[in-house]
Amino acid sequence: MRDANLFDEHIPRLRRYARALTGERTQADDLVQECLARAWEKLSLWQRGTDLRAWLFTILHNLFVNELRRRKSRPEMLALDDEALDAPRRATQEDGLGLRDLQAALNRLPVDQREVLLLVGLEEMSYDEVAKTLGIPMGTVMSRLSRARERLRVQLNSTGPALRRVK
Amino acid sequence: MKNETLLTEAELHAYVDGQLDGARRAAVEAYLATNPSEAERARAYVRQNEQLHALFDGALDEPVPEALRVQPTRRRASPMRYAALLAVAVVGGVFGWVLRGEEALTITASLPQQAALAHLVYAPEVQHPVEVSVREEAHLVSWLSKRLGAPVHAPQLTEAGYELVGGRLLPGADGPAAQFMYQDVRGNRLTLYVRTTADGNRETAFRYAKEDKVGVFYWVDGPFGYALSGEIERPQLLHVAESVYRALNP
Repeated sequence: MRDANLFDEHIPRLRRYARALTGERTQADDLVQECLARAWEKLSLWQRGTDLRAWLFTILHNLFVNELRRRKSRPEMLALDDEALDAPRRATQEDGLGLRDLQAALNRLPVDQREVLLLVGLEEMSYDEVAKTLGIPMGTVMSRLSRARERLRVQLNSTGPALRRVK
Repeated sequence: MKNETLLTEAELHAYVDGQLDGARRAAVEAYLATNPSEAERARAYVRQNEQLHALFDGALDEPVPEALRVQPTRRRASPMRYAALLAVAVVGGVFGWVLRGEEALTITASLPQQAALAHLVYAPEVQHPVEVSVREEAHLVSWLSKRLGAPVHAPQLTEAGYELVGGRLLPGADGPAAQFMYQDVRGNRLTLYVRTTADGNRETAFRYAKEDKVGVFYWVDGPFGYALSGEIERPQLLHVAESVYRALNP
């Protein structure tokens, strides 16, 4: 049962997701580390043959949401989030694509919408897998996805490529 | 999809995400060909997916820090236990305060406190969450009944999404107590704490108490005081508590 490399193939994806979710590199790796530690602790609860990726993403989701809740009750911790918006990205090289705008708009999305958008658009889970991972009904997955995408579309249109092209 | 109005919002997204089969896909494409604004929306969503990958796929190729690869040797059981013991001190204080001034304290006062304490100590246990596992359920129930001096039952909570893991015997305020542990598919654990009441054969309504993380619904029913503890939202916990009550009073 204790396969020391059991989680390895999932780590890069967990890191990618955590980075997109938090918008911040160090915080993201802390989250992944915490997630893996928790997963090792709870390994006996994972049922072999069921989807390990979904199980790991569920743990990460729970940790992230709990962390946000904790911060809400201790607002001084919120300062960390501001860094996220200014974090330098290699994406600036490709400014024409508006990647920085996307990053900023993503950070402004409500967390529940951001999670669904990323699990679908980035992690490429089926809607059903997303529902299981987040423990929400499929209808909720679809409505959050729809709202997230429309919100991003409106924001990206208004902050716009038009302005960018001027320079 | 002959009728164009049949394109649902969900289908548009499924199209964007490549989650439609060939026939549906072709139908959506035909629809979009005649609906420029919807087609533009679909294109924008596809672009969002591409841009998400452009922004974050770099993380996939980075070398994984060693700290993430290594299985923690002690799996951090002892810090958690330590935290639980610390929390016990806090729970004592909080429950004492919450319950002060309530009438009929004699039976129920220490019930949620002891239940929460037992929950904090055993729910995080990885190796030995229970003394007797569900595989020996009959033995578990008869053993605990014998020790408590009255027939106890481990309620089935399957319809509420929780499976019995097992149980253990604990020291209570005035005699032994039993703890049944349940867990859902995601590994969230609830514990049902059962102990005999001093004067027996009475009933109380559900009451709720909460420490930082652990919520407890507790009540007295006949010879037993029951307390259901868990780190889940109050409405969900209430839902399970009602299932417990129903299962015990069929």
